[in-house]
Amino acid sequence: MPLSQPNSPLLVAPATGLEERLVLSGDEVGRWRNAGGPPTPRVLAGKAREHALRMVHRAKASHIGAALSMVDILAVLYADVMNVWPAEPEWPDRDRLIVSKGHGAVGLYAVLGELGFFPKEEFETYGQDGARLMGHVSHKVPGVELSTGSLGHGLPVACGLALGLPEVRTFCVLGDGELNEGSNWEAAMFAAHHRLGNLTAIIDHNKIQSLGRVEEVMSLGSIRDKFAAFGWYAIDIDGHDHGALRQAFSEISDRPTAIVAHTVKGKGVDFMEDQLAWHYKSPNDAQLEEALRQVAA
Amino acid sequence: MRNAFVEALIQAAEEDPRIWLLTGDLGYSVLEKFADRFPDRFINAGVAEQNMVGVAAGLAMAGKVVFTYSIANFPTLRCLEQIRNDVCYHNLPVIAVAVGGGLAYGSLGYSHHAVEDLAIMRSLPNLAVVAPGDPHETRAAVKALVARGGPGYLRLGKGGEACVHASEPVLAEGEALRLRAGGAVTLVSTGATLPMTMSAAAALAGEGIEAEVLSLPFVSPLCPSVLGQASRIVSVEEHGPGGLGGALAEALCDSPVRLIPITLEGGSCGMAGGQEYLRERQGLTVERIVEAARKLAA
Repeated sequence: MPLSQPNSPLLVAPATGLEERLVLSGDEVGRWRNAGGPPTPRVLAGKAREHALRMVHRAKASHIGAALSMVDILAVLYADVMNVWPAEPEWPDRDRLIVSKGHGAVGLYAVLGELGFFPKEEFETYGQDGARLMGHVSHKVPGVELSTGSLGHGLPVACGLALGLPEVRTFCVLGDGELNEGSNWEAAMFAAHHRLGNLTAIIDHNKIQSLGRVEEVMSLGSIRDKFAAFGWYAIDIDGHDHGALRQAFSEISDRPTAIVAHTVKGKGVDFMEDQLAWHYKSPNDAQLEEALRQVAA
Repeated sequence: MRNAFVEALIQAAEEDPRIWLLTGDLGYSVLEKFADRFPDRFINAGVAEQNMVGVAAGLAMAGKVVFTYSIANFPTLRCLEQIRNDVCYHNLPVIAVAVGGGLAYGSLGYSHHAVEDLAIMRSLPNLAVVAPGDPHETRAAVKALVARGGPGYLRLGKGGEACVHASEPVLAEGEALRLRAGGAVTLVSTGATLPMTMSAAAALAGEGIEAEVLSLPFVSPLCPSVLGQASRIVSVEEHGPGGLGGALAEALCDSPVRLIPITLEGGSCGMAGGQEYLRERQGLTVERIVEAARKLAA
């Protein structure tokens, strides 16, 4: 299939055998091998928002807005899509996830802790002296593949994983402001050229970056069109709609897939939503109480 | 050295299916042998070094041992943070290979002069920094880096370097290789200055000064005990400040050892010129090594 092909869903069986695996696994894809299995994405996302809020409040830390915008993406991935096993984080056949927007760390830690990759009591150590729960995504934490925090590192590494492990799927969550980094576009060319059909990038498109709105800082235009022009299968979806996320993750192409997940920074807490300030602010006691009430609703 | 490198890599790859080679679109008439022999383990990653190193890190996480190849500063400084964060911090077996260390690409201009690389790379954690002195050392260095298993930087000359060793030496991590015995002074060279260091020792012998010559391919990790009983040392490198001389000074400053580092002087070299010419313009000459050795031996 030529790379210049118009951007349309390609449900072609990739050479990697992914489709076969999906057929064989059916509804079991993404289910834990141990008894019980994961909670539903809705329950997982709600719990993760609560843990993330408590962590940044306790540590007086930043970046809650960026964590909340990607929680639904992570919840659907871990509850419904990825083949992972909390009891054995380094199980060799696991699907791989790289969270390239490392500043959203509490969102990832919250999901991993809730699923049992490490004890939930450890949330209390977030950002404390000597803790492994660092302010940016850390591979010292069970279940984390790659430490990030400097933007533009995740997608190239995800390409290497997808190339080296054709039998599993590799996912990479990126920020939209992060796409300013040129290394992403080097990786975008590479992934398309090498037909990495087992690679899925999810762009957490919350429209706000460090110092302003993405369109005002340096306009990205249509992220979908850019990835499509690079030879990816690219789609726009509502990044908080679990059904839409699940559907997007189930579409397998012989090309790499870019899911442009339209999200809201600070999603779930009305006074944090779409506010640049919550890239930096940490909730005080009263704000935490109100935020927890909202995410529990 | 580059041909010795690719021959050694092919040999290693015959025995070890984990070995991959990525290039940043360079290596014409050098890498084809590897690409032809192992097409499934060779990738031209294009002119995109940041992505090349990230991909190498991902492949290493997937169980591969990955060499990344380019020239001068492209496989190191252009993608330094990928080496620091993705490779070194995660302690992955990715080995950056630079052809044209020092002033080997002299006439191509400042962009192609790798004269700060040793200082920068030796500050990174877990990274072995290795500059072989001749084609035999290059072969030994490839084996040592594969056996070591972690991050590496292999700084090569270009092509056509003379052999100083009679045969391939056995090289373990951090080891010094003795080329000449002598008690008056010790000349320690890293990388492609080994032949000129041997010339300096010969000149000194003509004056009745017997110099020991050590080749020290591993600039990092560096353990001063490999220098044995040496107490008067001249270090030699085709590099500015902070390389081998800096590393030795850090290691030896709390000792009675006397050290004179011979490095490139005068900062950037804004002119065309062959390797020999530019070395001389920046004070890297046999005469200067001899002069320093005389001073220490006196």
